[in-house]
Amino acid sequence: MSDTAVQRPIGASMKRKEDPRFIQGKGNYIDDVFLPGMLHMAIVHSPYPHATIRNIDASEALKIPGVKAVITGADLVAAGLGWLPTFHGFDKQMVLAVGTAMFQYQEVAAVYAETRAAAADGAEAVQVEYEPLHAVTSPFESAKDETLLRPDREQKTNHIYHWEVGEKDATERALAASDTVVKERMWFQRCHPAPLEPCGCVAHFDAMGRLQFHVTSQAPHVYRTALALVTGIPEDKIHVMAPDIGGGFGNKVPVYPGYVCAIVGALKLGRPVKWIETRTENLTTTGFARDYHMDVEIGATKDGTVTALKVSTTADHGAFDAAADPTKYPSGMMGIVTGSYTFPVAFAQTDAYFTNKAPGGIAYRCSFRVTEASFAIERGMDILADELGIDPAELRSKNFVRKEQFPYNSALGFTYDSGDYQKTLDLALENIGYKQLLAEQAEKRARGELMGIGISTFTEVVGAGPGKHFDILGIKMFDSAEIRIHPTGAGFVRAGTKSQGQGHETTWAQIVGDELGLDPQNIMVEEGDTDTAPYGLGTYASRSTPTAGAAISMAARRIREKARKIAAHLLEVSPDDVEWQDQVFAAKGVPGKTVTMKDVAFAAYTNPGDNEPGLEATYYYDPPNMTFPHGAYIAVVDIDRDTGSVAVRTFLAVDDCGTIINPMIVEGQIHGGLTEGFAIAFMQEIQYDADGNNLNTNFTDYLVPTSLETPHWDTDKTVTPSPHHPIGAKGVGESPNVGSPAAFVNAVVDALSPLGVRHIDMPLTRDKVWRAIHGT
Amino acid sequence: MKISVTVNGQVYERDVEPRTLLAYFLREDCGLTGTHVGCDSSSCGCCVVALDGDVPVKSCTMFAVSADGHEVTTVEGLAKGGVLHPIQQAFWDQHGLQCGYCTPGMMMTIYTMLQQYPHPSEQQIREFLSGNLCRCTGYQNIVKAVQQAAETLAASPAQEEVPA
Repeated sequence: MSDTAVQRPIGASMKRKEDPRFIQGKGNYIDDVFLPGMLHMAIVHSPYPHATIRNIDASEALKIPGVKAVITGADLVAAGLGWLPTFHGFDKQMVLAVGTAMFQYQEVAAVYAETRAAAADGAEAVQVEYEPLHAVTSPFESAKDETLLRPDREQKTNHIYHWEVGEKDATERALAASDTVVKERMWFQRCHPAPLEPCGCVAHFDAMGRLQFHVTSQAPHVYRTALALVTGIPEDKIHVMAPDIGGGFGNKVPVYPGYVCAIVGALKLGRPVKWIETRTENLTTTGFARDYHMDVEIGATKDGTVTALKVSTTADHGAFDAAADPTKYPSGMMGIVTGSYTFPVAFAQTDAYFTNKAPGGIAYRCSFRVTEASFAIERGMDILADELGIDPAELRSKNFVRKEQFPYNSALGFTYDSGDYQKTLDLALENIGYKQLLAEQAEKRARGELMGIGISTFTEVVGAGPGKHFDILGIKMFDSAEIRIHPTGAGFVRAGTKSQGQGHETTWAQIVGDELGLDPQNIMVEEGDTDTAPYGLGTYASRSTPTAGAAISMAARRIREKARKIAAHLLEVSPDDVEWQDQVFAAKGVPGKTVTMKDVAFAAYTNPGDNEPGLEATYYYDPPNMTFPHGAYIAVVDIDRDTGSVAVRTFLAVDDCGTIINPMIVEGQIHGGLTEGFAIAFMQEIQYDADGNNLNTNFTDYLVPTSLETPHWDTDKTVTPSPHHPIGAKGVGESPNVGSPAAFVNAVVDALSPLGVRHIDMPLTRDKVWRAIHGT
Repeated sequence: MKISVTVNGQVYERDVEPRTLLAYFLREDCGLTGTHVGCDSSSCGCCVVALDGDVPVKSCTMFAVSADGHEVTTVEGLAKGGVLHPIQQAFWDQHGLQCGYCTPGMMMTIYTMLQQYPHPSEQQIREFLSGNLCRCTGYQNIVKAVQQAAETLAASPAQEEVPA
């Protein structure tokens, strides 16, 4: 009973509880939702990036057998639903284009039909008359305000916002006084999360007039509130259900025009309406990520001690500012740009502009722009190392925040919770055989061969976030949990988060099992249903474990406190004389006199004594601080001089995400995140031509790595628990995607540095690498 | 058009539009939603099923009418008598899936591969799977799952039989 050799649930590589349904083809994804009498919806898109809409004629579409209705933006405006507030809080988005189409593939009309095919036929048959306008595709052109893109706004400018943090004058003085200043413009290209399951929904008004809304949402409660605000439907008459989600990566955080159209169609036609995006719709209309042009300046003394950092960003937000950032942080967590280093002074600023491109700026496997910030500093440190002729590992070590400096107040206002950066880097250098690699590289360089070693020692800021700073649409970014324990010691936990593959059905049960001494196999986990789950802000930004994970621990501890009283009744001692030790309640000072949580659970319903019956608790957790996972990543590449082909020979990721709940799941998250980081570094880009045409509209042009390109991943860890999280966990899902792009680019640039190459913008395609080698 | 397709040993006689894709026939006419659709360009492989036992096909790239008179095996046909197929077991054991969306297509590709190559090398596995995209796992644990499944199947060859 008190056998400490027994593996506690936290820390166990427990096989996933959700897997049996997925491996048997019994998952319930959005397109698997079929309701009686259900109609299908298809959307008509603008072929032009910027055009006046002269006329929309649906008459031919309505003649197609099975087509029931067509709606346009004018219909929505008449119904008061023409615009959708974005989660950013600074802007709104046209649901269907009215008057002007603002980007290629913008939604122009919605067609409802008896079958998927009839709806597609109907969408083809809608005739729209356009008059093309000049398309602005560059934020730098947009900044000149020669073409006003958003006349609907009060502010007659394309400039969306200016944001800044830090001390501008002091930073400039410090840069001017530095022995060395390196400066580089880095463009973190526009890319797209492209989860394998596209977005979609099924909208239905039931017999009581209640909206039953099935949707691929990473944040179901926020959707419910947003829908209530947009449509005027009372919030109790809205039921949002997120079924199994086939990957999210930030793509499924915003509310999209298609969702509003499906709801309008269901209301208008009195039948359920299903809308499932095509892949092309997914890549061309729903949340893109990044598109930050960053000017990075680092000052340093001759010996490589950093003195100041300045980062000025020009952000391309597309036609609407649909970034999903917390209200007070329009440029997300760019303030983490000082990274793992002790900059005495720093300044970061971002200016964002509209262009005739798809809206977004969402956090793609990233805590609100941490990826951009991390890339800027980790690339910048390598450029500084190159300039000073100092080894990049040594330069990092010289400037690390030391473990005794935590909690560390960064120059840009974050209080880092904990970390041991040197230990993590040392482990990585040792595991990969850094010295031997350097020796090998020197030999190869002498022979003219191109081998590169790239290091990234990033620090993340995740777990948004403390209510005093963080909100979305005014809602504080807490998260929540409800736990009920049944008489037999089984139970369930519900949380305000929503797994999209992260394995919450397993890890949340492990936390409950660990806190209460119960078997996680018999703790059912439920998420995603707003009728049953407590209110929460959802799963993105690596926030689930830092927020809902903490709420689950705290709710379980509430249960434990109640259970202690019932245990006292069973043990016939005072509650003060009962202690929770080795997963059982023990009477103090009486060896062997114990009761298990299972015993207490049964008594809670059969023999609670004078105590309140039942065993359940709810907890809303407002985190006192963010968590700061970190890692040391090293990539080794060999480059073919003749073809520009880059082979990633080795990649080692040493992560520190604090306490690990399930090592198997954490490793899986790291593998997946590294693969997405690899994809961004080498393949993925949403490009627009000069006329505003999207050039990457499906998986034949938007390249997702296959099993052949994807390198082998080596992983290791250090564990520095978060001091303020109930179980010391920090979150991990995004670290590998945040930290790895810089490691890849640093490796490639390192390989090419003998040729005088200092920076190449991602993606590092063969073509770009070849041009860098051959100076064209 | 009237067609008759045997799916997982059961005969489905249905009247379909000639343009109906096999993937949607399976999902909507047969109610077998384990076969997924993830793209419009035959790129992702979420929809892979086995045709006539050992031929992997992307069911979004085949018309239902072309499957008339053929046998199709989908993910729902892998487990037998409540016992997971060794490929399913291996995916579970090796954490070969996260969101699960690519998993059925991935497993059906492997199902056909292991009939053709019972003892694949890692390179063969990676080549065979290169038509199946996964956004979550980075493929490493999928490769391990294939290796485990190959070992299990080699130890009990009866499992390799093509279902009727």
